[in-house]
Amino acid sequence: MNGRLAVSLALKEILRNKGRFASIGAVIALITTLVLFLSGLGEGLALGNRQYVSGLDADLLVYQRTADLQIAASQFDRSAVASVRRVDGVGDVGAIGFASTVVEPRSRAAGGARTQAEAAAGGAGPATSAPGLRVSLIGVEPGRPGDPAVLRGPGFTSASGNEVVLGRQAALRSGMKVGDVLTVRSTQGAVDESYDLRVVGIAAGQQYQIAPAVLVPLITFERIKPKANLQDDPRTLLFNVLAVRAASGPTPAALGARIEGQVRGVRAVDLRTAYQNIPGYTAQQSTLNTQSGFTLVIGILVVGGFFQIQTLQKLGQIGMLKAIGASNALVASETVLQIVLVNLAGVLAGTIGTAALAATFPSTVPIVFQLGNVATALVGLLVIGPLGGLVALRAALRVEPLRALGLGR
Amino acid sequence: MSGRRGGERRGGRAASGHGGGAAAPGGPAGDVPALVAEGLRKTYQLGRQTIDAVDGVSLTLRRGEFVALVGPSGSGKTSILAMLAGLLRPTEGRVRIAGEDLGELADRRLAGFRRRNIGFTFQQNNLIPYLTVLENVTLMLSLNGRYDAAGALRARELLERLGLGDRLRSLPSQLSGGQQQRVAIARALIHQPAVVLADEPTASLDTERAHQVVDTFANLIHHDRRAGIMVTHDLRMCRVVDRVIVLRDGAVDRTLEDPAAIARFADGALA
Repeated sequence: MNGRLAVSLALKEILRNKGRFASIGAVIALITTLVLFLSGLGEGLALGNRQYVSGLDADLLVYQRTADLQIAASQFDRSAVASVRRVDGVGDVGAIGFASTVVEPRSRAAGGARTQAEAAAGGAGPATSAPGLRVSLIGVEPGRPGDPAVLRGPGFTSASGNEVVLGRQAALRSGMKVGDVLTVRSTQGAVDESYDLRVVGIAAGQQYQIAPAVLVPLITFERIKPKANLQDDPRTLLFNVLAVRAASGPTPAALGARIEGQVRGVRAVDLRTAYQNIPGYTAQQSTLNTQSGFTLVIGILVVGGFFQIQTLQKLGQIGMLKAIGASNALVASETVLQIVLVNLAGVLAGTIGTAALAATFPSTVPIVFQLGNVATALVGLLVIGPLGGLVALRAALRVEPLRALGLGR
Repeated sequence: MSGRRGGERRGGRAASGHGGGAAAPGGPAGDVPALVAEGLRKTYQLGRQTIDAVDGVSLTLRRGEFVALVGPSGSGKTSILAMLAGLLRPTEGRVRIAGEDLGELADRRLAGFRRRNIGFTFQQNNLIPYLTVLENVTLMLSLNGRYDAAGALRARELLERLGLGDRLRSLPSQLSGGQQQRVAIARALIHQPAVVLADEPTASLDTERAHQVVDTFANLIHHDRRAGIMVTHDLRMCRVVDRVIVLRDGAVDRTLEDPAAIARFADGALA
């Protein structure tokens, strides 16, 4: 086989038929853009759903057994913490509560009338109707599993202060920084209230259920979280799940089984199982993965169809090449090289186009290009060309040199 | 088996240049024939019926000899050409080119043999449309791993001899039909093959250009001492060949060797 000749023929055909090959390259670029956006959107939505849970500094999440791994349905009181902590092999336990609410900068909420000192004193005030930022309000025990490391600011200074740590997205979207005062709107029974909290830290990306997260001490959380019934005893600390960090020794799976065996009415699962059970998470990912899969299949058909038509148009020429002594290896190499080169150029153009387009998107669009996912998508896209071209390759190899004389296939 | 009428040998299955012998008496002493075909037979099965496309054709070609295969449609011209080129395996008989029996070569080696020893021009799909004139010609050298500066120079000189010196960088689509055929002739000869086979090289040309192409072809074959076979349905093109083999129903109907007889045949007097 003459490799250099195959390269030369493949390149010359592409360069002297720029329009034809550019059109299929453009189609591949568009398919690339679509696949990368679907992948980015999938990762963005997945991250928006699971980021807080998957990033926990813990090995297990413990639910109320009857909650069927639904965080919102799981309810514990303080006694559960002690029960789990007593299990041999448990390193540390942190109680975590989840709620949804709306926050806004203090100055917007009440015309900037309250001072930071007033905020530090806490207390509820009347809520406003100005649009705020919808967030996941997460109550954590400072210093325990569930309390994220802060990148800026001192972090929580007490277990019950009017303090808040913002996830990166909440900080970006609210424009708030350490030292600012944040107002949490919360419905207490039938009354809309607002609570002022001082920002004491900015953590890395923290999102839960497609909403940026703001974190408060668990005791504060119990006080300010939206409640339907004010008759509840405010001294009863309720939360949803327990984050458990294993001590050195048992594996997380063994520790989970041990917790379930020793503490009545609980279920312990690893973090992956936990976030896969966040409502809608798996269905959403399946939908997006199916879309990506279909796009790749369409890509295979489009690329395959193009090269098949091109090969059919060249049957006489291929027959002539074979008649004058070109080997099947040369014909195959030229065909495969063209498919790979055009596919590569299309994928490259699509990747650059996607990057340029993504740069124009506002931060509210949940799109995240994670290296592993992008690499997987790109490998898939690079494979679709040769895969689609297999039919064309087979057609080219089946051409008989007799065709040059008007005989044969 | 054969009968002569004004340089014409009628009937029979052998169509040798000089009496059907393996060696050519007219050539230099010990000159090995460029091509020998013996008892070529090709049958096709059509349901229960067996069709004899070629029925016992033999022929021998010397170097420097140009032969025309003529005959009506379905007379077996193209099938014979395909068997001589090693593109079609005969049902019976054998073909030897430059002393090599094509029937003993596997498909892969046969492709290599064609590449080295046979030059082709075809009726259509003659040239690679995305290669320039010069690249189309040097393609044969590249295929044979013999492309170098000397080969490129030889290709330029050959194209200049064919009147295409100013079209070296043109693409086939920028050439006339006659010019394209001349490029194909250059490609068929550039690697100095033992045998040159031309399938209806003038089919798509007007009369004037057709004569120019065939004249050029004949001159190069005689000058470079290649053995050339041209399949044509246009009898007028036969006036430049050394021998005319007339086929009918897959067999040799008659062979013309005398220049005067060939000239009369080309004028339509003996057709």
